[in-house]
This record gives sequence, C-alpha cells and structure tokens, in this order.
Amino acid sequence: MSDLRELYLEMVTDHAKNPRHRGKADPYDCIGTGNNPVCGDKVVVTVQLHNRTIESVKFDGEGCAISTASADLMAEVLIGKSVEEAKKIFKGFHELVTGEGTSDNLPNKLAVFSGVREFPMRVKCATLAWHTVIAALDGVEDVTTE
Amino acid sequence: MSNTQIIADSFPALHQTIGDKRLVYLDSAATTQKPQCVIDAITSYYEHDNANIHRGVHTLSMRATKAYENARQSVASLLQASRKEEIIFVRGATEAINLVAQAFARPILSVGDEILITEMEHHSNIVPWQLVCEQTGASLKVAKVNDDGSLNIDSFKELLTKDTTIVAFAHVSNAIGTINPIREMCALAREVGAISVVDGAQAVGHIPVSMSDVDCDFYATSGHKMFGPTGIGCLYGKHALLEEMEPWQGGGDMILSVSFEETTWNNVPFKFEAGTPNIAGAIGLGAAVKWIESFGYDAMVQHEQELLAYGRDVLQSIEGVTLIGASEHNAGVIAFTVAGVHPHDVGTILDHEGVAIRTGNHCAEPLMRRFNLSATCRASISVYNTSKDLDHLGSAVQEAIRMLG
Repeated sequence: MSDLRELYLEMVTDHAKNPRHRGKADPYDCIGTGNNPVCGDKVVVTVQLHNRTIESVKFDGEGCAISTASADLMAEVLIGKSVEEAKKIFKGFHELVTGEGTSDNLPNKLAVFSGVREFPMRVKCATLAWHTVIAALDGVEDVTTE
Repeated sequence: MSNTQIIADSFPALHQTIGDKRLVYLDSAATTQKPQCVIDAITSYYEHDNANIHRGVHTLSMRATKAYENARQSVASLLQASRKEEIIFVRGATEAINLVAQAFARPILSVGDEILITEMEHHSNIVPWQLVCEQTGASLKVAKVNDDGSLNIDSFKELLTKDTTIVAFAHVSNAIGTINPIREMCALAREVGAISVVDGAQAVGHIPVSMSDVDCDFYATSGHKMFGPTGIGCLYGKHALLEEMEPWQGGGDMILSVSFEETTWNNVPFKFEAGTPNIAGAIGLGAAVKWIESFGYDAMVQHEQELLAYGRDVLQSIEGVTLIGASEHNAGVIAFTVAGVHPHDVGTILDHEGVAIRTGNHCAEPLMRRFNLSATCRASISVYNTSKDLDHLGSAVQEAIRMLG
C-alpha cells in the first residue's frame, strides 16, 4: 500500500492550511472557473499578465488539501513565467502526477506532488487549478476535470 | 449481535485487508457486499441453466425461465405486492424512475401540471422529472427539509395542490438516512388525486417495505443495494396503472404479435421488459431476497439501529466532528464533517486505515446546498457491520484530524 506520508508531505499540508495566493488578482486579465464534480470542489483562478508574462495568479474556492496546496504552489511557480512556459510546466506536472514522467525538468517545489501518482483518485484534485489556469489563459471560461 | 460473526462470514469480500489493515466496509449505501448464496446462485445459473427465457422449448430455457419468474415472485412477496405481475425487472432504481417519468408521466402531463419532489432527493429522483418537465411544460416543486434532516411536512402539504399530478420522494435519503413517513405522504398525494412514486433504493434490505401497507402507486428499487448484483432492480407499479401505460422500449419479448401494419403489446409486466433481460441478475436478486427473509427484518432493524446509535456516539465524542442531518427516524447512514479536513482527504486517510466510506455530494447536490456544504463524509451501515467497525471509524477519523486538522 502506498504511503500516505508521500501524499501529505509537510509542504503540501502547510500550503493547504496557509495558502499564500488565495484571493483575486487585481486587476486581472483573465479568469477561469474549474469544477470537480466528483467532490463538489470549485476553484476560480485569476491571472494578471504583462505582455505575455504572468505577473500574478490568485485562486479562490473550496477544496481538499491536495487541490488547495496544488493551486497555491501553482501560483507560486507561475509568477514571472510566460504563457508558453506555463503550458509546458502544466504538461510536465500532469505527467508527474499521472506517473508518466518525473519532476526532473519541473520547478523544484512541484516535486512534492510526486506521491499523487500512487493515488489515482486524487489526480483530479492535483490538476484542477492547473486545468483552470490554462483554460483562463486560453480565454475559456469554464472547465471541468471530468 | 451474537450472530454477527456468522453473518459477516457469509460475505466473502469482507474478509480481506487493505494494506495491512482489516477492511471495514461502511459504504453499503453505495452498494452492499454480496452474500455467498447470491454469488453461488449466479454461478450456478451460468454453470447449469444458462439459456434465453420465455421462448425456448428446451430444458435449459425452461429452467432459466422458471428461475427468472421465481425471482419475480420472491421480490413480489418481499415487497408485499398483490401480484407478481406488478414487479417489472429493470437495471436499477434510476431506470425504474425514468420508466415512470417517460411511460407514465410524459403522456399525461401538460402546462400547468406540477410534479412535487423534496429537497433530499438523489439526482436520480430529480433529473428524470426535470427532463419530463422540459418535454411537457409541467413544472417542478420542491418541499423543504428541516435542519435535523427530516422532511418539512408543512412545506410538503403546502405545495400539494389540485395541480399536483405526480409526487416523487425517497423512502430513505441516501445522503443522510432520513426515513420519510411515506404512508402518510402517499395518502396526502391521493387526497389531491396525485400519483405517488417512491424511490426505495435505500430502504429495501434495511427496513420493512410493504406495498399493501404504504399504498403507493410506484416504488423503485436497486438490487445491488439489497445484497443482489448490479444491473438489476425492480419497479413496482399498481397493476391497473401498468395496464394503462404504453411500453417505453420496443423489442423482443414485449409483444404478442408483430406485423408491419400492427403490433400487439405483451401483457404486464413483459410489456416493459423489451429484449433479453438480465437473467442472471434477476436470479441473483431472488437469492438476495431469500437471504433477507432468512435474516428477518426485525433482527436487521434492531442491529442497524443499535449500530447507528453507537456510531453517532463514537463520532460525536470526537472534537471537530459535526453530524449532518441526524434525524430521529433515520436509517443506518451517518453523514458528518470534520473541522479543517476536507471530506476528500478524510476519505483517503480512512482508506489508508482500511475504512471504506463515501465522500462528496452523494448525488444530492441540492441537499448539500441546503446545508451550506459542498461535500460530506458518509458512513453507512449494513447487517454485516459490528460495533468494532465503528470503533475503527472513530480512530481513523482521529488519525485524519491528527494529520491534517
């Protein structure tokens, strides 16, 4: 049986309890709403851009520890990145949590989500904010992890 | 609870470990585990009697037909229907409700007609009615739920008018376990000339259900929630109503004669069972009914009520745990939240302790909104559970609080 401690690493529980990027980017250039119908979670992500560079990312909504920590750390690593870089990081992150890739080429902090691969039911939690931010950047309003 | 171990022994899937922890199965409201006799009945059918029904003149077909029809008789007896033709085999309660919505309600509804449901319904007793409202112009009314999770009967009475054509409600709430006063509700519906449809998915296999006592018009059940296999369930319908109704699916077995000019429908219940049905499923369900009867509803109710009270005590003694909708008349369903720990995380941590519960909105989003929640944890009890199972639940919840609370 996979180890729970691999899923709930200290950094994950810390960001879940004390998120640094909760709220609304003011002003924001794009916004996205993500729903996870499995657990009823909802997240709203707002992004402030300067040219094609992400200046600020904020998220709001109800979520489990994994989805909250993932949203918060996502915001942290995306600040200062270009839209294209953001999409590339998401691709790598998705591969990481589904067990198709490693954290080698990802921002260091995202490695804490390596444990998610052992919990397939939680992949949607870890990727909800990411799907939402990418949709926001693409100008799509609503996404779902279904 | 002296024979508890004997009961648990007859459910093979309960005897396993999750990691290094004994499995504690508290998700019977999602689906019950299956006793060995049900598994054996299905295996034996496929090993010895497998054939199509109602048509072959050969021995296997006759055996399969007999077993299938015996299962119908068993269900009719369990539900105390007045005749076995009142039992239609369907895939489950969802299909049963959709059948009523499309084959009974749709042809008679029009603009101005009302369908009354309650706030505590499962999506399967909301969406089929929304669909038929869209198709006919009828409108949907929703009776309120009290803070303790019981139905607000005043709200129900108030919304029941001469315009009410259909009243549909759960016998037992899947999300919080409330047992509704269905006999009274059916009588109230009759007073205004409305047809009653009861979603009994969470009742059969837990509390006695009698069609002759309740006097409802339709009653929907799911086999897999009453120790039977998945993919089989029943719709009970009053014979006179079933006779009036047109079929809802066309195909083999539901006709008496077919020509390109005219087709004559078969008799009730075959009119509603187009195509080769889930024969093995029905036979498995028949075995499940026998199992329920051999256990007896008195012992079942007593055992589950004792465990419900015990489980509520265990959880309430933990700081940070809040019970949701714990009404006085409740089946063995305990809905709860844990302060500071999202239900989804509770579910994962409990699974790690070997404890299987359901987390989420339980296909009852409107009820979750009623309680200002997006999700809850739900532990649901069946005859095979023990007080030890609920002790494990308590310590696993404490572990979740220790980790994330």
